[in-house]
Amino acid sequence: MALLEVENVRRSFGGLVAVDKTTFQVAPGQIKAIIGPNGAGKTTLFNIISGLLRPDSGRVTFHSRPVTGLKPYQIARLGLSRTFQNPSLFLRMNVLENVMVGRHSRSRWGFAGCCLRWPGQPREERNIRDTAMAQLDYVGLAPLAHCPAGALAFGQRRMVELARALATEPTLLLLDEPASGLNTKEKEDLGQLIRKIRDRGVTVLLVEHDMKLVMDLADDIVVLHYGIPIAEGPPSVIQSDPKVISVYLGGEVQADSAGGELSAKWSQSP
Amino acid sequence: MTRLRQLLPFALFALAMVATQGLLRALEMEYCLTQLTMALYYAIVVIGLCLVMGYAGQVSLGHGAFFAIGGYTSAVLTTHDFSRFKAAGWAGGLKQLHVFVGQQDLFGNQIMTVSPWAAFFAAMLLTLVVATLIGYPALRLKGHYLAMATLGFGLIVNKTVLGTAAFGAADGINGVPEWTLAPGLTICGKSAARVSNYYIAATLVLALLLLLRNLLHSRVGRALQAIHDRETAANAMGIDTAAYKLRAFVLSALLAALAGVFFTHYTAGIGPSEAGALKSVRYVALAAAGGMANLWGVTVMSTGLNYLSLRGLFGSYDHAVFGVILILIISIAPDGPLKPLGKWMGGLASRLRPEGRREHGAA
Ligand SMILES: Nc1ncnc2c1ncn2[C@@H]1O[C@H](COP(=O)(O)OP(=O)(O)OP(=O)(O)O)[C@@H](O)[C@H]1O
Ligand SMILES: [Mg+2]
Repeated sequence: MALLEVENVRRSFGGLVAVDKTTFQVAPGQIKAIIGPNGAGKTTLFNIISGLLRPDSGRVTFHSRPVTGLKPYQIARLGLSRTFQNPSLFLRMNVLENVMVGRHSRSRWGFAGCCLRWPGQPREERNIRDTAMAQLDYVGLAPLAHCPAGALAFGQRRMVELARALATEPTLLLLDEPASGLNTKEKEDLGQLIRKIRDRGVTVLLVEHDMKLVMDLADDIVVLHYGIPIAEGPPSVIQSDPKVISVYLGGEVQADSAGGELSAKWSQSP
Repeated sequence: MTRLRQLLPFALFALAMVATQGLLRALEMEYCLTQLTMALYYAIVVIGLCLVMGYAGQVSLGHGAFFAIGGYTSAVLTTHDFSRFKAAGWAGGLKQLHVFVGQQDLFGNQIMTVSPWAAFFAAMLLTLVVATLIGYPALRLKGHYLAMATLGFGLIVNKTVLGTAAFGAADGINGVPEWTLAPGLTICGKSAARVSNYYIAATLVLALLLLLRNLLHSRVGRALQAIHDRETAANAMGIDTAAYKLRAFVLSALLAALAGVFFTHYTAGIGPSEAGALKSVRYVALAAAGGMANLWGVTVMSTGLNYLSLRGLFGSYDHAVFGVILILIISIAPDGPLKPLGKWMGGLASRLRPEGRREHGAA
């Protein structure tokens, strides 16, 4: 039974078709990657899945529930969380508070209870704080808990965003280019972290341009080209797929020789 | 321990309030407490606005109108003579429940009006409904639709009040009776009750600040700030952004109306200028002057500036002064003058300290 099913999704902006005829599934426990050149429609697809954009047609099913048309916060409450291509932290808050926002859907006191510090509310608040702190610790940023979010380096912002997404206790985590802007060491750490997250039972769907990372991590890959999936399969199959090769190396290359060229190119960081 | 530290500013505020009264008494200037009390009620409007603008990131240009709704509802219900319903069974029932009370009007006639407490609840209920009706459509969208909707709404309330005989038209409503909150605690403008009324207003402000502080240091406060910062990310993190914006706006409108009710009983009346667009703009200017997302800054600035305005310091330039303040804040110190001032003083303090050591990070 697939955790996430994307069926024949299409979305256009004016005359530009950003995503079309896109169908794939994500099985529970997988790390699945979506790759494709710039402008291929990967972020648009993420926005559709997480409810930020409505598809023109097609449907998305999560936990066997149709989620097309639901608001992002409703989908988030079903157990889907995400990070953004441009880290979007809440810059007025400190790092810990950012992650605490991730606990929103896992806590319940409303306006009246919080105003009055109703019995039970302060305890929930402490719980939120402790859980958020544990998530920060998990991504290795506990020492920065009280820094203003705006003071962080780019790579650290990505990690805080990841901690914030994890704080929602998702069953499916969408990562939009988590490695972009990271240095080699940070990328290696990220790879290990993503594996660790998967091992604790979270299914991961990621968009990534760093092919070495993708080939190392992903169990399964979907290749998008001008919004349309052109190949799907495990890394070894994708690396030798003639259509993928022509998209990435350009021109009419001989498939068998180019396959080797591509896997050589992708085994080192760009 | 940390809880104690959090409560320290409240203790200081209470102390400052008592000290002010003591000082004014010593200077034989206790008559100034009247304007200070009024300024404290106005401060409640600005504190509410701080919740909407500073935290939820929405602009309301209709808070004068909510103040007026509170004030006028109380004023009308507590001065209008409902005697002609006396014979009706339901009126008898309401009289039993103290919703209707008998009293004398300005000319000494015996009349039957709604009691101040019942009028207060009616005002709150009306505000709740009106604010929800305005906020719901405007806040489902991203952007500054609320500013436009509340601006239009404010103009409607102003024109309605001016053009309706039952609201006293240009004269407003006078002769609003006193409001006995509890035995010995009466809201009225009598000079004998000046000191007690000052403390009622100060306690009310303090209590509301405490409740709001609790709110803002909770998941609700963080959700509102998250919406202000990045609405899309907030929504994707599971926050029902439209509902939170609406609740913050309604709560803030209720605070304005609450202030209006107290103010009207205190000054025994209310006039159409309270519903004017200029009043709403003044509240926005005061929120900006206090630093928007800064409950203490907003309270101090708005009490101080409104006090000066009520003492007539700005003369015929009264409204213009607040316009100038708004422009200055926006162009020079968008975070309010207090923050840069605090930074400057902090910098000065650290330079004066011998080691020049500065604390950082973890608090
Ligand atoms: N809100 C929008 N309005 C108009 N066009 C858009 C919008 N969002 C995306 N597009 C267009 O849709 C296409 C797909 O964009 P998308 O951001 O999904 O690509 P991507 O695969 O994520 O690219 P990248 O690798 O550069 O992040 C692009 O041509 C982009 O210009
Ligand atoms: Mg993208």
